[in-house]
Amino acid sequence: MPFTKKAHAFKAAINEVTLGTGDRAVTFGGANTFPFYSFDAEAKHKPIIGAEISDMGYEEETEGYKAFYGTADVVERAKKAAAMDEVAFICLHFAAADPFGANKSTEDCIAEAKAVAEAIDKPIVVMGCKNIDKDTELFTKISEALAGKNIVVMSAREEDYKAIGASAGLAYGQKVSAESAVDINLAKQLNVLLMQLGVNAKNMVMNLGSAAAGYGYEYVASTMDRVRAAALGQNDTQLQMPVITPVSTETWAVKESIAEEADMPEWGAREERGVDMEVVTAAACLAAGSDAVILRHPESIRTIYAMIDSLC
Amino acid sequence: MALKGLDIFKLTPKTNCKDCGSPTCMAFSMKVAQGAVPITKCPHMSQDVLDQLSEATAPPMKTIEVGTGSSLHKLGGETVMFRHEKTFVSRNTFAATVCNCMDAAKVDAVLAGIKHVDYDRIGERMYAEMLFVNYDEASGKDSYIELVKKVAGLEQVLILNVKDVEVAKEAVALVKDKKPILNGATPENYEAMNAVAKEADVVLGVCGGNIDAIYDTVAAIEKLGNKKLVVDVTAATAKETFANAVLLRRGAVQDGDRTCGYPSIVNVAALAKGNYHLQAAYASMFVLKYGSIIVLDELTYALALPLCGLRQNIFTDPQKPMRVSPGIYPMNGATEDSPCAITVDFALTYFVVSGEIERSGVPINFLITDAGGYSVLTAWAAGKLSAGSIAKFITEEVQDKIKSRKLILPGKVAVLKGELEAKLPDWEIIVGTTEAIELVNYLRNNFK
Repeated sequence: MPFTKKAHAFKAAINEVTLGTGDRAVTFGGANTFPFYSFDAEAKHKPIIGAEISDMGYEEETEGYKAFYGTADVVERAKKAAAMDEVAFICLHFAAADPFGANKSTEDCIAEAKAVAEAIDKPIVVMGCKNIDKDTELFTKISEALAGKNIVVMSAREEDYKAIGASAGLAYGQKVSAESAVDINLAKQLNVLLMQLGVNAKNMVMNLGSAAAGYGYEYVASTMDRVRAAALGQNDTQLQMPVITPVSTETWAVKESIAEEADMPEWGAREERGVDMEVVTAAACLAAGSDAVILRHPESIRTIYAMIDSLC
Repeated sequence: MALKGLDIFKLTPKTNCKDCGSPTCMAFSMKVAQGAVPITKCPHMSQDVLDQLSEATAPPMKTIEVGTGSSLHKLGGETVMFRHEKTFVSRNTFAATVCNCMDAAKVDAVLAGIKHVDYDRIGERMYAEMLFVNYDEASGKDSYIELVKKVAGLEQVLILNVKDVEVAKEAVALVKDKKPILNGATPENYEAMNAVAKEADVVLGVCGGNIDAIYDTVAAIEKLGNKKLVVDVTAATAKETFANAVLLRRGAVQDGDRTCGYPSIVNVAALAKGNYHLQAAYASMFVLKYGSIIVLDELTYALALPLCGLRQNIFTDPQKPMRVSPGIYPMNGATEDSPCAITVDFALTYFVVSGEIERSGVPINFLITDAGGYSVLTAWAAGKLSAGSIAKFITEEVQDKIKSRKLILPGKVAVLKGELEAKLPDWEIIVGTTEAIELVNYLRNNFK
């Protein structure tokens, strides 16, 4: 008597969202099962990977990262990343815009974004510096400058969703990423607010929050589990946006990835630790329900691509 | 599968003898069904009936014990698919791999690695709890027996991965008292292999590759009366292996099919075929979904740091937050003259704040006070973090050890400043930032 398999595919599905334009546009989402449950139903689209290109320079990067990118500027690095088959989109991270850090001007950021948009044909996702005022200005102006490029703006938060939703979402027809902090109710509330503003649910993605493995990751996993269960099991249209999770910005900030070998000799080479932290966290995000992950190290990108490829 | 009162009633003597303390057999059966009294309260039940009932009231997945003494590990016993439904029960264990195809130097390197990567993280020991001892037929039986002898003395639970019945018999005999796992039953050899496992009284691992073969073999071994099993779900591909793990968990937990209800072994080293980082990715996935024993080539430090942290997160009880021990944590080479910064003992708070302090590079004495394991605002609202509790901690634990009299308070409890100044007149109370992310700039600008 063989095993009786019961398929558990759902009638509801995650929204399909397309990023970018032209031949290199990419569509993701669309799942009607839990992640990688291909035995319930084959996935319509594989999860995708974005390469984070930060404008912060190289000092803190690992040798392997430098070996791959050289000392090129942001545009050259974006070109190199876009040339990787494993990379579906480029995430421009304007960390230097932070008014309490390098305080790079919005004009400089826009010029850089435009230059990147001209140099590559893969979709662009824009990430800010976490300062609400600066990000609001930055996102609004970049949405205008890259009108028609179908970019994703990371992120619209509780504090600035009106401005971001109105500019990126409504005025310039870009995709808006709703960012909440690992709580299904907050995620849903923000989606509702953006939809009430008039942003089409099909033009939205979600960043449900993220954490490095070992740093309260249980909240990330359970939030994603619950959101996917509500989106599919209860056909909750307010939670059916695909999920983009920034992984690298979390994992390359924890001590396991930062500490130099000289300070922690028993831990071994920093590069290995950093890549493992990024890979383990990204794999856990994908297994919990991310439809896209944003990664930094080329080795992490290759590894996670191989993992996705072997499971779909 | 909960039994109804009526089902239990049918099995009682129906004499209403009151020996169990209940007025009638029917009343007794109802209480048993609710779990109010154990079935053993009735002295007239036959052993047969008792076995039948304990079987029926057991959880959908068996709890299997392996190893002995301080190396005893419980596997399985899971009751849900997702951790938000109910806490997961048995955390995953990790195994490193040795093989009789390796030369002695390689084996020694693996064993040295096991010793090296062994540390404490928030009160939990992180190390490879098991050792996967693989039998390579081409390298011969003698070398395998030698290898088993060599690793017999380790505290790691051994998983003897051998499909050859004769070799298995000899290997198990050497280490059976330490309760290893004999990962050897296949659709072809299960009768003989089951006899070996039963005789040595060790847990038997069932392999089969595809789910039908696994299921049929488990069912066949159950028929032979052995339920001390684990299931090696490893298949030719990662995709099929993941399907096996999920389908069996679902079969047991959702559909109540007990033949699916055994802990799993997932050999991610075999799936990754030497791709070190890919192995890390697979291991991570099976920590979440549903590997009981995860077999790696080696648990390196680089891999252990994120992987064991992930496991600790996933298997934490949502009702009991992870806590760090209260005390003084000098950071960035802080001395007794460096300023103090205080926060609560909620592990997540500790990790986030200590990470930011570390990034700032500013020497700080990081103080953790007992706040019941809550976050700053929750602890304050619950009265577990107050001017009184902080002052008591400073006077009793800190004052004599630290010369600096600067104390940085979390911005979220700025309201405590006045009262603290009154209680700690020697101290300068400084209100810090509201969010951890602002700490780097704040510390660099004010304390460098």
